[in-house]
Amino acid sequence: MPGFFSPFITKPDSVSQIMLKVLLALIPGIALYVWYFGPAILVSITLASLTALATEALMLRLRNRPIAPFLKDNSALLTGWLIALSIPPLAPWWLVVIGTAFAISVSKHLYGGLGNNPFNPAMIGYAVLIISFPVQMTQWLSPHGLGAIQLGFIDQLNYIFLGVFPEGIKLDALTMATPLDTLKTQLHLDGQISEILEMPIYGRLAGHGSEMVAAGFLFGGLYLLASRIISWHIPVVYLGTLFAVAGLFHLLDPAHYVEPLFHWFSGAAMIGAFFILTDPITSPTTHKGKLIFAAGAGLITYLIRAFGGFPDGMAFATLLMNICVPLIDAYTQPKVFGKKEQKP
Amino acid sequence: MRSLFKFHGGIHPASNKAQSNHKPITQAALPSRLVIPLHQHVGNSAKPIVEAGQRVLKGQIIGAPEGHVSSAVHAPTSGVIAAIDMQQVAHPSGIPDLCITLIPDGDDEWIARESCDDWQAVAHTDLRHRLRDAGVVGLGGAAFPSDMKLYSHKHQIKTLVLNGAECEPYITCDDLLMRERAAEILQGAEIMRALLYAEEVLIGIEDNKPEAIAAMRSAILDGKHQNMEAVAVPTIYPGGGAKQLIRVLTGIEVAAGMRSTNLGVQCFNVGTAYSTWRAIRHGEALISRIVTVTGNVGQPQNFEALLGTPVNELVAQAGPLPDTRGYIMGGPMMGIRLPSAEVGVIKATNCLIAMSDSLFPPALPALPCIRCTRCVDVCPAELQPQELFWFAQSKNLLKAQEYHLFDCIECGACSYVCPSNIPLVEYYRFAKSEIWAQETSKKAADAARERHEYRELRIEREKQEKADKLAAKEKAALEAKALKSAAPLPPAVEGANVSLYDAPVDADPENTMQLKIQAAIDHAKQQAAVSKPENTEHLTPQQQAEIATIEARRARIRELALSSADEHTKE
Ligand code: SF4
Ligand code: SF4
Repeated sequence: MPGFFSPFITKPDSVSQIMLKVLLALIPGIALYVWYFGPAILVSITLASLTALATEALMLRLRNRPIAPFLKDNSALLTGWLIALSIPPLAPWWLVVIGTAFAISVSKHLYGGLGNNPFNPAMIGYAVLIISFPVQMTQWLSPHGLGAIQLGFIDQLNYIFLGVFPEGIKLDALTMATPLDTLKTQLHLDGQISEILEMPIYGRLAGHGSEMVAAGFLFGGLYLLASRIISWHIPVVYLGTLFAVAGLFHLLDPAHYVEPLFHWFSGAAMIGAFFILTDPITSPTTHKGKLIFAAGAGLITYLIRAFGGFPDGMAFATLLMNICVPLIDAYTQPKVFGKKEQKP
Repeated sequence: MRSLFKFHGGIHPASNKAQSNHKPITQAALPSRLVIPLHQHVGNSAKPIVEAGQRVLKGQIIGAPEGHVSSAVHAPTSGVIAAIDMQQVAHPSGIPDLCITLIPDGDDEWIARESCDDWQAVAHTDLRHRLRDAGVVGLGGAAFPSDMKLYSHKHQIKTLVLNGAECEPYITCDDLLMRERAAEILQGAEIMRALLYAEEVLIGIEDNKPEAIAAMRSAILDGKHQNMEAVAVPTIYPGGGAKQLIRVLTGIEVAAGMRSTNLGVQCFNVGTAYSTWRAIRHGEALISRIVTVTGNVGQPQNFEALLGTPVNELVAQAGPLPDTRGYIMGGPMMGIRLPSAEVGVIKATNCLIAMSDSLFPPALPALPCIRCTRCVDVCPAELQPQELFWFAQSKNLLKAQEYHLFDCIECGACSYVCPSNIPLVEYYRFAKSEIWAQETSKKAADAARERHEYRELRIEREKQEKADKLAAKEKAALEAKALKSAAPLPPAVEGANVSLYDAPVDADPENTMQLKIQAAIDHAKQQAAVSKPENTEHLTPQQQAEIATIEARRARIRELALSSADEHTKE
C-alpha cells in the first residue's frame, strides 16, 4: 500500500548503502596493507566483522529491537573494520574480539544504538585496548623486506589463534615499532630528524609501506568525497590544521620537528580524516561546526604526537572532540532563509 | 541574460512530466453530477444562496463570499441543485464539509456575462470586486482569494512574479496552459500589474519546459508587452515555491511570517493570471480549471474540468489501470491523498495522480537518524531538519520552535533524501498541529480564566459596594438618630436621601440570587469548556476538520512509533 502522507516518493538511498560505500572505500587501503604487510590483516578484519555482527545481534536482542533492519545497515561492520585496521594485524585473536565487542556493546548500544552514540565506537574500542593491552597493541608487523624474517600465512594464522610460532622464531623478530613510535623514541635519544629518517623503516614520505597504506585511504577518501558520502569540511580542515601546525613547528626547528607531510602519511591521520572523524553520528551537523571540530582534532592529534605520551593522537583527538559536538552544534546554528542580512 | 540567484538546497526527483505533456488540453466530458464544496479557498466559506430544486445557469453565483477574506462559488454548468449538504471533500481528514450538488441539464446555458473591452477604464476597486465575485483564487494550490493580494500602495511593488515554474513531478497543467493560452495569461498579468502598480513582470518557468518558455516569449513579443520577461529558471524542486521563485528571480528572501509585498514583490500562478483575464475581460467566473490526470492511467493528459467534477469521473477519461490504489491530489512531494475518489475537483486541484504499488512503493521502516545531514543539504528554508525531527519526536515543542519549525514550508525535500526513511515532514506537521492545539486550548483557557477573574472581581466589587452602602446606611441612621436626638429637623429631605441609598440595598437578596445563578451558569460553562475540549457539537466543519487532522496526526505518530525500528519513538 502506498504511503498516506506526502512526500509519496523518496530517493532510493539507504543507511546500508551509505555504509557499504564507506566499506568499499576502505578497500584500496586494505589492499595495499596486504601488499606490504601480508594477509594477516584480512584475518583480523574477518574476525572483527564476525564479532561485530554477533555483538550487534545479541545487543539488539537484549534491547528488544528488531534485528534484521539493523544488521543490514552495515554500520556494525564498519565499526569492526575500523577497529581491525587500528590494531596490529599479528595481534592475538582475542584482542580484536574484545575491542570490537566492547565498541559495539558498550559504546554503541549502551548509549542507545545506531544514531545515539556520542563517541566513535571504533575509537572507543581502540582506546580501551591501548590502555589495557599496551604491549600487544604496539607489536606491529614489519613491512615485507624489512623484518628479520617473514611469516607465511599459515604461520600467521597459527600465531593469531594459537599463539605459537614456528620453531626458533620470536615475535620480536617479526615486529617493530611504528614509524611514529620510532620517531618519538629516537628523538628522545637525541636523534636528529634528518638522521632518523635515514633508517630503513622510513620510505619516501613517512613509514615504508605504511605511507602507501595511508595513500590508499586517501584514495578511498577522495572517492567518498566524489560520491558525496562525506563533505569536504572535515577532511580538508583536519589535514589542513595538522599540516599547518606541523609545518610551523618544522619551520621553527627542523631538526626536532618532522615535516608536515610525514604527519599526513603516518599513523591514522588519513584514515581518520576521511573515515573516522567524518562519522556523521559523532561529528557536528553544521558546516561551521564541522570546521571547528576538524580543526580541534587536527591540533590535538599534533599535540599528542609531538608532546604526548602516545605515539599517535588520532583516536584521542577524535574522542575529545566527540565530547564537544553537542556544544559545537548548539553554538553554530546557521541563520535560516530570509533571516540573514539580505544580500540580493 | 538576466542573472539569477540561487536558493539553498533543493532536490532533483524524477520529473515524470513527459507522460502527460504531449497531448493538448482536452475538454473533459460533462459529468453526471457536480459536487461543489463551498469552502475551496483560504478564508471564510461561501454562503449558499440557492435552494435545492432550483435551476441555475452556468456561471451563476451559488455561494456568496462572506466576510473580508472569502470568495464566490459558481455553478459550473446549467442544471438543477440536487442537494446542499455535507459531503466528503478533498481534505485528507475525510471530514465532510458543506457542498452543493448540481445535476447538469446538458444545456450548458450561460448566465448573462458582463464583458469588458476596456478594463483600464474601470476603477481598481471595481476590478477587485469583480474578481471576488468571479471567485478567482490562487490556482497554484494555495487558493488564496486573488482580490486580496491585488492591492498595493503606489510604488510599493516593483516586481510582479508570475509562477510558471511547476517544479513538482508529474504536474503539467501550467506547462500546457502556457503553451496553449500564453496571450491570455499575459493579458491577465497586465491587469495584475496595473492593480499592483508594479513596474516589471517576471515569469519564472523551469527550463525543462522549453515549449512553454518559447510560447510565452513569443506571446510577449506579439502582444508588445513592455517590461515583461519570461525567464527560464533552473529545474530544481522546490524552485516553484513562491519564496524560492522570488529568490531566484529577484534575489529577495521572504522570511517566514513576512509579506513579500513589503519587500516589493507579489507572486501569482500563471493559471491565476489566466482566470483573472477571463473574469475581467469576458465576465467568466472561475468554474473550471486545467487538471493533469496522470500516474497509473492509460492515457495521462490534461483536462479542462468543471469544478465539482467527481474525481473518479474525471480519471475515468484517462483510463485508470486496475491496480490503482487511491489518488494524490497535487504532486507527489506536497500533495494530499484523497479520502475518496468521489470528491469533487476544486480550485486547488492542479493534478490527480493515480497511485499503484509499483509507482509509489510503500515506505520502508524508518531507522534512527544517523545525522548524515543530507536533509540539511537539501532544505530550502535552511533549517536543520534532523534537529527539528529530534525535538518533534521528543515533543520538545519549545525547542522545535526555537529551531524555526514554523519556517518549514513542508516541501518534503528532507523526507525525500533521508537514508533512514524517516517521514520527517509528518513529524513537523505533527509538531505544528500540537503547538496549534496547545495554543487553541491555551486561548480557551485564557478566556475561561479571564471570565473567572472578571467574575471574582465583580463579586469582590459588589461585596465592597454592599459593605460601603451598609456602612453608609448605618452611618446615616446613626447620624439621623444623633440629629433627631439633638435637633429634630423635618425628616423629608433626609429620608429622601436615605431612601435613595436604600433602594438597591433593599433589592439585595434578589440581586445576590441573580448573581449566584449567573455565577453558576458561568461556572458550568467554564467547566464545559475546560473539561470537554473534544465536545465538537458547536464547531464549524472546518474546526472539526482541524481537530480531526490533529487527532489523525497524533494517531499517525503513534503508528509511526510502532512501525519504526527506532527506539526513541517507542519509548
Ligand atoms: S537525512 Fe535523515 S538520517 Fe540524515 S540527518 Fe536528516 S533525518 Fe537524520
Ligand atoms: S519539509 Fe521543511 S524541513 Fe524539510 S526540507 Fe522542506 S522546508 Fe526543510
